[in-house]
Amino acid sequence: MYDSGKIIAGIVIFLLFVTFPFYYNMGKAVAKPDPSVDTPVIKQMEKKQCIESKQAMKTLHMQLLNDWRDAVVRDGQRLYVATDGKSYNMSLQNTCMHCHSNKKKFCDECHNYMAVKPYCWDCHIQPKEGA
Amino acid sequence: MAKFSKKPQDLIADIDYSKTPQTEWMDTPVEFKEHTFCWGAKGKNLEVVGFPNARDWSPTEEDWKLPQDWENIVMEGIKDRLSKYRSFKLFMDICVRCGACADKCHFYIGSGDPKNMPVLRAELFRSIYRRYFTAPGRVFGRLAGARELTLQVLKEWWYYFYQCTECRRCSVFCPYGIDTAEITMMVRELTNLLGLNTDWISGPVANCYMKGNHLGLEPHTIKSSVEFFLDDIETITGIRIEPTFNRKGAEVLFVTPSGDLFADPGTYTAMGYLMLFHEIGLDYTWSTYASEGGNFGFFTSNEMAKRLNAKIYAEAKRLGVKWILGGECGHMWRVLNQYMDTWNGPADFLEVPKSPITGTVFENAKTTKMIHITEFTADLIRNNKIKLDPSRNDNLIVTYHDSCNTARGMGLLEEPRYIIRHVCNHFYEMPEDTIREKTFCCGSGTGLNAGENMELRMRGGLPRAMAVKHVKEKHGVNMLANVCAIDRATLSALMDYYNKGVRVTGVHEMVGNALVMKGEKPRETNLRAEPLPGKEEA
Amino acid sequence: MKMLVPLSAVIVMIIIALAGVEAAGLQALFGIAIPYIAFLVFVIGMVLKVINWAKSPVPFRITTTCGQQQSLPWIKQNKIENPSTCFHTFIRMVLEVLLFRSLFRNLKTELNDGKVVYGSDKWLWLFALVFHYSFLVVLIRHIRFFVVDMPFAIEIIEALDSFFQVGVPLLYLSGLGLLVGAIFLFLRRIVIPQVRYISLPADYFPLFLVIAIAITGIIMRYFTKVDVVAVKNLTMGLVTFSPVVPEGIGSIFYVHLFLVCTLFAYFPFSKLVHMGGVFLSPTRNLANNSRMERHINPWNYPVHVHTYEEYENEFRDKMKKAGLPVEKE
Repeated sequence: MYDSGKIIAGIVIFLLFVTFPFYYNMGKAVAKPDPSVDTPVIKQMEKKQCIESKQAMKTLHMQLLNDWRDAVVRDGQRLYVATDGKSYNMSLQNTCMHCHSNKKKFCDECHNYMAVKPYCWDCHIQPKEGA
Repeated sequence: MAKFSKKPQDLIADIDYSKTPQTEWMDTPVEFKEHTFCWGAKGKNLEVVGFPNARDWSPTEEDWKLPQDWENIVMEGIKDRLSKYRSFKLFMDICVRCGACADKCHFYIGSGDPKNMPVLRAELFRSIYRRYFTAPGRVFGRLAGARELTLQVLKEWWYYFYQCTECRRCSVFCPYGIDTAEITMMVRELTNLLGLNTDWISGPVANCYMKGNHLGLEPHTIKSSVEFFLDDIETITGIRIEPTFNRKGAEVLFVTPSGDLFADPGTYTAMGYLMLFHEIGLDYTWSTYASEGGNFGFFTSNEMAKRLNAKIYAEAKRLGVKWILGGECGHMWRVLNQYMDTWNGPADFLEVPKSPITGTVFENAKTTKMIHITEFTADLIRNNKIKLDPSRNDNLIVTYHDSCNTARGMGLLEEPRYIIRHVCNHFYEMPEDTIREKTFCCGSGTGLNAGENMELRMRGGLPRAMAVKHVKEKHGVNMLANVCAIDRATLSALMDYYNKGVRVTGVHEMVGNALVMKGEKPRETNLRAEPLPGKEEA
Repeated sequence: MKMLVPLSAVIVMIIIALAGVEAAGLQALFGIAIPYIAFLVFVIGMVLKVINWAKSPVPFRITTTCGQQQSLPWIKQNKIENPSTCFHTFIRMVLEVLLFRSLFRNLKTELNDGKVVYGSDKWLWLFALVFHYSFLVVLIRHIRFFVVDMPFAIEIIEALDSFFQVGVPLLYLSGLGLLVGAIFLFLRRIVIPQVRYISLPADYFPLFLVIAIAITGIIMRYFTKVDVVAVKNLTMGLVTFSPVVPEGIGSIFYVHLFLVCTLFAYFPFSKLVHMGGVFLSPTRNLANNSRMERHINPWNYPVHVHTYEEYENEFRDKMKKAGLPVEKE
């Protein structure tokens, strides 16, 4: 007895499982994220510089925001001293979103691409954007 | 060789599970220890059935008188079996050596020898499989767990694969169901290609082939053996039973292991069958040609097993019976349940077994047309077709030993227990981890029930003996019941060794004692001619 | 030796990947060529392995029965542990594959004061479950790198995986489970004497590999960080067959990827094939119904038997003398 029918079915299921990404993306446009810093506030800045370097902000912003939250909410500490010595008010809405007022084109662009769902906006009020 | 004389406490003192040899197992050569292996097969017995390389040989001698190209024979043999058995191929590849099986083997528990762990027993062979049949083994050798086939390896195989009773307990615990019995069967087949079987297996095989049963009882001897029982039964009950042999036109053919006709306490079980069949008026016959239910061929090769098994259907056809009833036996029932129909069926000349007494149709045997006697008797009791006086067994405090094969190769668990509960008043189970699907081997299955390997048998039987000891101390158990001819032959020795005072019985011996027969005289003794409880004074 | 060789092998592999991308600039090799090759070796290798097994028949129905058989109607059958129908066999397999039923039975045998005692031992079962399910969830989570939009089911798995919302990025239980599981499996190999004795280099190698994969993954996610957007550009390039090597992905990513590729390519040639084999095990995936339904052995062949005629010819006189019926007078 060989049970070849069942085994072939098993192999097909295995193949469907491991090749999932190849056929799942078929016909779907893969748009690479293109976050925009094109906001009125940033436009007016002479030196377009965030509180830390671009590379650091790219990979570490989530940790920074988490630290800020803990500092503000738990310790009442609101002053952030950046690597270059400048001080900032630890505030997502008043500091970050002041410049990056374009959540959709700035935050969501990459978050959607990476399919991550930060829970910032569970508590914070989403900034209103002229769509 | 001196007689085996080690005391139980000394034997147990040897065991230390936390100790492993200083050297890796591949570097630890096999040592043939006295009293742990069987004598080599005799040439004449191999010749009778046409096994290759028939000659007398001895495992203790340096020269095993192997064929010139034995390595080739082994390689071809492996290749052939890999293509025939998916189990074999699969079990070679998928073991992860998690060790769940390690302490489940009765031979490991009783010896502490790591090569008796099922996983390592299999690795003894797997290492060769890897070396010659897989790419990583060929390329990386030892790093991939591979090694060369040498005479030492062959001897190691022989020693350890004749230390496995194919009991399948490891297979219950393996997460992939790897069954060492399958691997042992394959390696034993390979050893048979080289004429390397044991005397205790090849003798019965030759006997069974020519004379119809393992013991080599000739037709007239079978009849006279049974007549001895009939005399005893008449003495005890006053009833003369007249069974028939080789009778055409009987409704049922009865096949039981020949051990039941030969030695105590199996003979008492045979008396039980005779009394029961007489009492219910069963239209049945014994056969002197198909006079063996067991199958030692199963411990040599698939082909030999099939050759021996063929007699049962052939005889049923010749005699024109309707169906077949099988006696109490262990490996016999694994063969009948999982192999017989595939080998020698279809039994389309038979009818689906139907008890002529109760009318019960045994749908679970509708293709093999063969049922186990405890299925048959349990049905009789359930339908109140026989009168039983369990108090006649009141001197017995009984526990029940599940045979490996009926437990793990069939699932016959409740039928014998149901009968036991109706034929005696004192029945206690052994600890849960030692019965039913987790039952322990008697230590002497698959043809290891010889005399020269007594230490091996006592080691293999240790877990069973310990479980009996437990109920002996707790409940005063003095009788170990079972449904297996090999058990009846070997557990007595095991009990004498560890648990003096505990005796061994087949289930149908107790049935015979409890059975109230029409027209019997008041019974004074049991089938062993010992006074019944309450009649001791008389 | 048994541990040293596989450990060195994993370390060498890490060095190869580091040197390859940092010194030799072989990002395209490690980011594109090797992953494609490893994937093909894995998929084709596994399929061929299963086909190879399937080519050998199952000549006999050798179910290992772990409960009461189907017999008389009033005797309760254990339908799962001793199934006699396809459906119950299927349930038995589901329990085996998804819940490691057999491993759950595990006992520990000890010799106590000259007595053999058995105790329940469920640790291996527990950690094996943790290990395998963590591995599965980790694998599924990585789908995010290979699809444009996440299927809803996978989002749920991920949400559950990070349920406790510890830290940022959220801690995945599966990552931890994989590491803890693998470390447990490794420790028992060195702590339990019997298991140490039976272990081969081929048992340590995949464990070391998995541990290294888990550690590099955890480092990347929680500590040193890599540019995940760039990583996804690379992985999406792979699955859409337009491979690219984006700038600025840290070397640790290539190490991680190379180890994963090694594991995948190693898979079909190792004991890891138990992933497929568990489904094919004849002692588990067959119903115990060979007395009810005929099982065919495709290579069954006629054999020499000692016929009744030959038997009677040998014993006719003795049989007649004993009053046994014979065919020929």
